[in-house]
Amino acid sequence: MGRKILFITTDQQRYDTLGVNGGVVASTPVVDALAREGVRYTRCQPTSVVCMPSRASMLTGQYPSTHGAWMNGVALRVDAPSVAAALHDRGYATALVGKAHFEPFLDPFGRFAENALSHLGVPTVEQPWFDGRLGVHRGFDSMELATHGVLGPLHYARWLRHAHPGAVEGFYPVLDADLNVNAAGGGDTGAPQVRYNDVPREWYHTEWVAERAIAWLEGLDPTQDWFCWMSFPDPHHPWDPPAEAARRVDWREVPLPENYPERRDERERLLDAKARHWRLWYDGRVVSNYEAPAHWVPATLTADQVREVNALNAVEVELIDEAIGRVLAVVAARGWAEQTDVLFTSDHGELQGDFGLLFKGPYHVDALMRLPLVWRPARSAGVAPAVVSAPVSLVSLAATFLEIAGGGRPAWAEGDALPVRDDAAPRDAATVTEWDSDLFGVDVHVRTIVTRAHLYTEYGRGALHDGTEGELYDLVDDPLQRVNRFADPSARATRAELGERLAEHAARPVERAAPGRLVAPV
Amino acid sequence: MASVRFERRIGAPADRVWALVGDPARIVEWFPGVLEARVEGDRRTLRLATGVEMVERILANDSRTRHFAYRLETDLVRVHLGTIDVFELGPNDTLCVYATTAEPDTMALVIGGATDEALETIARVCVGAGE
Repeated sequence: MGRKILFITTDQQRYDTLGVNGGVVASTPVVDALAREGVRYTRCQPTSVVCMPSRASMLTGQYPSTHGAWMNGVALRVDAPSVAAALHDRGYATALVGKAHFEPFLDPFGRFAENALSHLGVPTVEQPWFDGRLGVHRGFDSMELATHGVLGPLHYARWLRHAHPGAVEGFYPVLDADLNVNAAGGGDTGAPQVRYNDVPREWYHTEWVAERAIAWLEGLDPTQDWFCWMSFPDPHHPWDPPAEAARRVDWREVPLPENYPERRDERERLLDAKARHWRLWYDGRVVSNYEAPAHWVPATLTADQVREVNALNAVEVELIDEAIGRVLAVVAARGWAEQTDVLFTSDHGELQGDFGLLFKGPYHVDALMRLPLVWRPARSAGVAPAVVSAPVSLVSLAATFLEIAGGGRPAWAEGDALPVRDDAAPRDAATVTEWDSDLFGVDVHVRTIVTRAHLYTEYGRGALHDGTEGELYDLVDDPLQRVNRFADPSARATRAELGERLAEHAARPVERAAPGRLVAPV
Repeated sequence: MASVRFERRIGAPADRVWALVGDPARIVEWFPGVLEARVEGDRRTLRLATGVEMVERILANDSRTRHFAYRLETDLVRVHLGTIDVFELGPNDTLCVYATTAEPDTMALVIGGATDEALETIARVCVGAGE
């Protein structure tokens, strides 16, 4: 009997939302305990700061420029490598419960499997048909899917509409009548994407994801090795947790983020020091990507709105933490506690008031790029608790899962397995985050490298940049990334070295899939 | 309102391509996600892989000019017009053009993406039928 793997992801969760990472708004005792028992990574970076490319990297162990799903709305090709398939080949039972998003959501025809599975039928604990072949999709024996709210034809939405139709109206409508991300304000402060949701907590998607994961785990033979990707859609917007829990954090008591400049002139001075699209978006002159409301101007964001968003975000983080606790209790009750590796992370972060901004986009700073990552190895593995401060990437997850299962890094995976001690990481460890977008003719291309000491970004030629812009931050002296040293003559050597490393990344000798076609905004 | 247009050159006779796209019931053979099509007069009802039924109004189906036009009648769109035109370039050489106009704009992108895949399938079916 081998090690089991519980892979827990959230969506759009910042590093500093966990208590163990210094967060002060949400209480996260379950994940904090996993971090103290295991390995806590203090600088984990995504390969992309939006969902689809980042999630595809977790599954494939490849950068977006390799797997080809370069932006939301670009499907990961069906024959892309999959760590779930590789684990299945090693005899693991495999499940994905919650948010997949390897394929576009906006798909009324069901041309993508994720959107057809709930109607066409999939093997679940109620309808098992697994017979030793690869799973229904991408190597998963079972997929039960959910996303934010009651959107689309996914399992959770179908269940809620059928079982509790009266609860649907309680959710904030993520998209507006034009199918853009909704800008309508709600809550006490009129913040976008905020609502106090009448849905009972037990019907909320966080609870549903945990319950379906538990149901799958309880259906397994106790000797079966398994890989369960439990993927919570929260704390991604909309911020509409169940009202019965939503007031547990009083937004009036929530401190403003350290990186929220309260004075408008200070905000604008900081934004003006960055590449030009930061200020253009803040002023409402450009929307470069679909992930933020098209009809919302960041400059209108108030301090109270930041507080309320962050309070509701914290509530959602707490509900997830409590749900994880319930799943871990089932893992223990089934006798798997000693042999189960638990990994917790998120696909990307959220601006949450930093620099006066909200949501996400081509803004490569810690708010979006520094992620929580905790690995509590199976106790049977004898790994000592540690804190790893070297930069690591989500691209390493696939190789890590396969190493846990007793295998080496497959040829298709670009990332090495995660180090379990800081001194096991190379001294020059670095991660790369990519961004390519094209929203109705506005194209943006960004590459960022993060080392132990610096965060360096280059902007490629596009609709908003001429190919000469960039940002360079000293992570030691300037942890909030407020002083752009890109044009600082004294940083010329650093810039040259990091630029060379980005060029090496671009030229790395890997077999790349053709970039997929953008067929939906998300 | 936004429009997208995809085209594909197909190594098959125009009559064969038109026989496929000009027969409203045969959409199940080439449009992604369509499981079943019922045609009653100018009304076509599609049963989709999502479980949803989608109604279309056929606006034109002209075998002389090989032109097909239809409109989606669903809450997803305020405006929609889809056209498929089949042009003979040679005895075994056909240009198939699939255009979509829709409001909200986002739906032009979404539907257009599906039509691009549809053209690929149309080409595969028509070329395969000749082998």
